[in-house]
Amino acid sequence: MEALISILIGLLTACGVYLVLRARTFPVVMGLTLLSYGVNLFLFATGRLTIGQPAVIDAQAPGYADPLPQALVLTAIVISFAMTAFVIMLSLKARAELGNDHVDGHADEEGRA
Amino acid sequence: MSHLVILPLLLPLLAGALLLLVRRALPLTVRRRLNLVAVLAQVGVALALLLAVADGSVLTYQLGDWPAPYGIVLVADRLSAWMVLLTALLALFALLYAIRGTDAGSRHFQPLFQLQLFGLCGAFLTGDLFNLFVFFEVLLLASYGLLLHGGGAERTRAGLHFVVVNLVGSTLFLFAAGTLYGVTGTLNMADLAGKLAALGPDELGLARAGALLLFAVFALKAALFPLYLWLPTAYAATSAPVAALFAVMTKVGIYAILRIQTLWFGDGAGELAGLLDPWLLPLALVTMALGSLGALASTTLRIQIGYLVLVSIGVLLTAIALGDRDSIAAALYYLVHTTLATGAFYLLAEGIARRRGAAGDRLIDAPTMPHAGQVGTLFFIAAILVAGLPPFSGFLGKLMVLRAALDDPAMAWILAVVLTSGLLGIVALARSGSLLLLRAGPGEPPAATPGRAELLPATALLALCIGLTLGAGPLSAFTQATAEQLLVPEHYVETVLGGDMEAHAR
Repeated sequence: MEALISILIGLLTACGVYLVLRARTFPVVMGLTLLSYGVNLFLFATGRLTIGQPAVIDAQAPGYADPLPQALVLTAIVISFAMTAFVIMLSLKARAELGNDHVDGHADEEGRA
Repeated sequence: MSHLVILPLLLPLLAGALLLLVRRALPLTVRRRLNLVAVLAQVGVALALLLAVADGSVLTYQLGDWPAPYGIVLVADRLSAWMVLLTALLALFALLYAIRGTDAGSRHFQPLFQLQLFGLCGAFLTGDLFNLFVFFEVLLLASYGLLLHGGGAERTRAGLHFVVVNLVGSTLFLFAAGTLYGVTGTLNMADLAGKLAALGPDELGLARAGALLLFAVFALKAALFPLYLWLPTAYAATSAPVAALFAVMTKVGIYAILRIQTLWFGDGAGELAGLLDPWLLPLALVTMALGSLGALASTTLRIQIGYLVLVSIGVLLTAIALGDRDSIAAALYYLVHTTLATGAFYLLAEGIARRRGAAGDRLIDAPTMPHAGQVGTLFFIAAILVAGLPPFSGFLGKLMVLRAALDDPAMAWILAVVLTSGLLGIVALARSGSLLLLRAGPGEPPAATPGRAELLPATALLALCIGLTLGAGPLSAFTQATAEQLLVPEHYVETVLGGDMEAHAR
């Protein structure tokens, strides 16, 4: 399971980084989203991967899942969700005001970016 | 437990919420006054906090009364209180300028202004790494709104870069915080200090990676080379009071670097001691050199100020990299000076741009501006302050940094870069000053002449800088005491983790 999770996080992050470096705002937004997915999974895994362990106190429990990463990842999801919404609105505004969807607002590189 | 520690957070949060609720109900003049009252109260609270910690005590506030390191804790020491007061003072003058018309475009300017203060003060006061991330997001989200305030294509373009760069930075912050948590099992900064020092050899690699990732995030916020490219354009594109307020935003990165450098990587940190040392000094010197070249090459005054900000970031981080008591004290003094002077300069730059008609703040010939004498005097003082010429605070700050550098093995490099970049800064400012003020050329004069009162906030900030010069003795005594406190982090750690909710006097 560790290998699968790490490959998944790595893949999401690599795709995210690649897309963030693109020249159009839509791939950049997608890249930011993938990066935040990757980091959320990563945060979730920082409490170590355990199966079937309770997170709240239970007298019979043999051990516990770490509850803190779950709280952290919830915060991170909310924040990244809001930020994604904001950056989408900003990209639309940029498209409307600059007349194209290039991140630098240059129309002259049409088709090459 | 002293509630004073949480007041600098509650006040702007509640004021921001109130201003958001009444944004349609009350006329603009009333909302402006409310905002101004809240910021004035913030200055008062910040002063009270500074006086409370001036004797060397570390005040903690455990939210929900959960004991550290399990709960979230706010910590006020000399450094935090110093930064909170600086933020409040700068915000006061930025707001005094903004309520002269900049804030009229959107009903959300006033709430966002308060939320920006909330994020800034929270970042300075929190003692929890993840909480620091949350406050970074609060201040960034408010800053996105403020940066874009007023609209316009140039602002949108610069805003898009600023937002995307900072979002990537936030992701890196989460990776770094997650790694450190995975290795140490804690997010409390004081607890981390002990846990990082006691790590076994198996986990050192991960801890190093996490800590350096965190350093990269803070370097991005502080606009350190090579992560500075967003700064000059973003600050030049936004409105003057927002740019002035942003002068303290890079200092959040500086604060965070100084905090982790002294708390985690000081002499008592075991294997991780001095982790940032190979990076800080070279990067700071390169930032300084490139900043001064950028200032020379700028085509508008505001871009030029942005590059001069980079020079000051370089000076600050050089002093922090030296890492002894005198250099950190010098950094803290210079930090206040450069923040106030930069804020004044941005306010002044818009005043100049509005007096030159179509030429704006571009460094080209334009008709003689109204109030040229007054504007010229202010520009002259601001330039002396920013370039670090005697007799003002910029010179004193740089002198203190250089004196602290004399014993360092890298002294020759530091002296060479600081002095050369100072000279280049003077040349750049002399050139723009003569182009803006001394050469009258053809062109359309501005349709409406702005009043002289608009120059008052900038004048007041410059006066504050001169006050810094006059009060250099007691102020540097305070920064010396702050540096001493930072270099003995054990007291901070004990107070935060002690479980004792009373303030420990040293």
